Amino acid sequence: MLAIHDLACERGERLLFKGLDFALGEGEALLVRGGNGRGKTSLLRILCGLSAPAAGEVRWRGEPIARAHEQYGREMAYVGHANGIKDDLTPLENLRLAAALGGRQLGEDAAQAALVQVGLARCVDLPARVLSFGQRRRVALAALATAGALLWILDEPLTGLDVDGVAMVEGLIRDHVAAGGLAVMTTHQPLALGSLEPRALSVGE
Amino acid sequence: MLSFLFTVVRRDILLAARRRGDWLTAQFFFVMVVSLFPLGIGPEPTMLRTIGPGVVWVAALLATLLSLGRLFADDHRDGSLEQLLLSPYPNALLALGKAIAHWIINGIPLLLIAPVLGIQFNLPAEALAVLVLSLAIGTPILSLLGSIGAALTLGLRGGGTLITLLILPLYVPALIFGAGAVDGVLAGTGAEAHLSLLGALLVMALLIAPWISALALKVSVE
Amino acid sequence: MNLYRYASPATFHPLAGRLVPWFAGLAAVLAAVGLYIGFFVAPTDFQQGEGYRIIFIHVPAAWMSMFIYVVMAFWSAIGLAFNTRLSFILARALAPTGAMFTFVALWTGAFWGKPMWGAWWVWDARLTSELILLFLYVGVMALQAAIDDPRRADRAGALLNLVGVINVPIIYFSVKWWNTLHQGASVSLTRAPSMAETMLWGMLVMALAAWMYTIAVALARARTLVLERERRTDWARALLEGKA
Repeated sequence: MLAIHDLACERGERLLFKGLDFALGEGEALLVRGGNGRGKTSLLRILCGLSAPAAGEVRWRGEPIARAHEQYGREMAYVGHANGIKDDLTPLENLRLAAALGGRQLGEDAAQAALVQVGLARCVDLPARVLSFGQRRRVALAALATAGALLWILDEPLTGLDVDGVAMVEGLIRDHVAAGGLAVMTTHQPLALGSLEPRALSVGE
Repeated sequence: MLSFLFTVVRRDILLAARRRGDWLTAQFFFVMVVSLFPLGIGPEPTMLRTIGPGVVWVAALLATLLSLGRLFADDHRDGSLEQLLLSPYPNALLALGKAIAHWIINGIPLLLIAPVLGIQFNLPAEALAVLVLSLAIGTPILSLLGSIGAALTLGLRGGGTLITLLILPLYVPALIFGAGAVDGVLAGTGAEAHLSLLGALLVMALLIAPWISALALKVSVE
Repeated sequence: MNLYRYASPATFHPLAGRLVPWFAGLAAVLAAVGLYIGFFVAPTDFQQGEGYRIIFIHVPAAWMSMFIYVVMAFWSAIGLAFNTRLSFILARALAPTGAMFTFVALWTGAFWGKPMWGAWWVWDARLTSELILLFLYVGVMALQAAIDDPRRADRAGALLNLVGVINVPIIYFSVKWWNTLHQGASVSLTRAPSMAETMLWGMLVMALAAWMYTIAVALARARTLVLERERRTDWARALLEGKA
């Protein structure tokens, strides 16, 4: 499904990595490893199409992602360092807005249910501005869960989350992959995915 | 496609409505800049009538630039710009939606304030009507071209000052035809030629600016 | 023969290094000839006296200022379309020279205007367009200077150049239009007194000199940019260590 070929990345004038190859199929997860500044985030941004690689290409269903903008946009969801939620809107509004921008219908009940699932039942109607960092992270994860995407690209999804939050994310990823989804992640924290053994990829040695 | 455009526009209007303080700054700036000119030049009515159209137009350019700095900056900071760029729709549509929203939020109020300021400058009723009309055709051009500058300077040190350097020269034709239309009425030569040229500029800006802003956004976000 | 070979920085650097002195030399010779024609051979203008001789600098500078902007936009478009780094570097290397010629054209225009029009500055259509062109050059250079990442600076500058080059004719047209409507304030430059043949030759030689100078300076500047960008590669390192 997702394949990269001979990928290289430069930041500033530094070569972060080159000659990266892998392919990921349905029901598989990939954990990207590497120390700080080794290019994990850069790799994920290239994978989701925000950055262009210095060499090589990323293919989704056999098609270069630059050419499959529409389909890839529907089937891929990205959670980056920034949560991508608006501080002036409530979590509920944020979720429904994200769905509308992705061209999906998301009813109020469904959005509410997603927020309850990530443990935000009590803050549904507060502006995101007053939420804590971890709570805002949970809103972003609820948006991910409702995006209905086949491929998840998660950059440090556990940052700022408490023990319950970490368990919740682990559960989300397990269910997603078990249902045939793909996930590409980075994390510095241990990730307990039970029987799911993610493949590993090291960048920037 | 169209529903995406509407969603982007609605989103920005909703966000502006939640932060009215920010939004009003540019409008008050417009009023103040225009009101300073009689104080600097003197209250002589014929003189004011001559400079009026130009002053209102120049102030409209500056007020637009003031509000353009935030067009993409807030979305860039909280990461929602990345999410918008990853949506399944063409990025040019996103840029167009943002420009339209910017015009509705910042351009339309300028149209509504302009006649009041025109009266301060002793403009006759006919000239006031053309002033509003020229701004109605001209301010979307300012928003569209401005979105290119806002996208190029996204996240840069001193981006607010830089955008003026990049964009003001590009605003020259709109200024000439816009203010010229009102001058034409005052001089009795009519405003049609100016207004149709302004309209042609608007069509060109609509066709070209969203693509370039979309490319510029990609370059800046990378 | 592979033309792409010349687009590789490692080939470009020594090649440009060999070409620069030739173009610089040509520029010097042509400028000397052109100035000689302009100041000693060309006859005194019976209307404008000796003051007109500044056009031997003014007109070539004005031509170059516009021409360089178009060339810059051309390299920018090539760079964006084919993702060739050298094109961006060439576009970037041209900008300061273009701005310099624009400034020279404005300055000499003012020098010419004082005795002819009785004023240093007149809101003439060409002068005004030239002023806006200077603003465009300044904008591109300021944008590129403000961006740290060279890749982003290249692309952002290139996009701005493209927008600029689409706008230049519109700006020129609008300024001209504006100028005809406000006739009273300006003096037309287009009287075009029948120009003596030697004057035309002088101007052409000077324009060629400016052209050669531009190529020499832009290549020299591009060489430094290439070396700066490639300073971590083997060939650049070898070169830099050899010099040190």
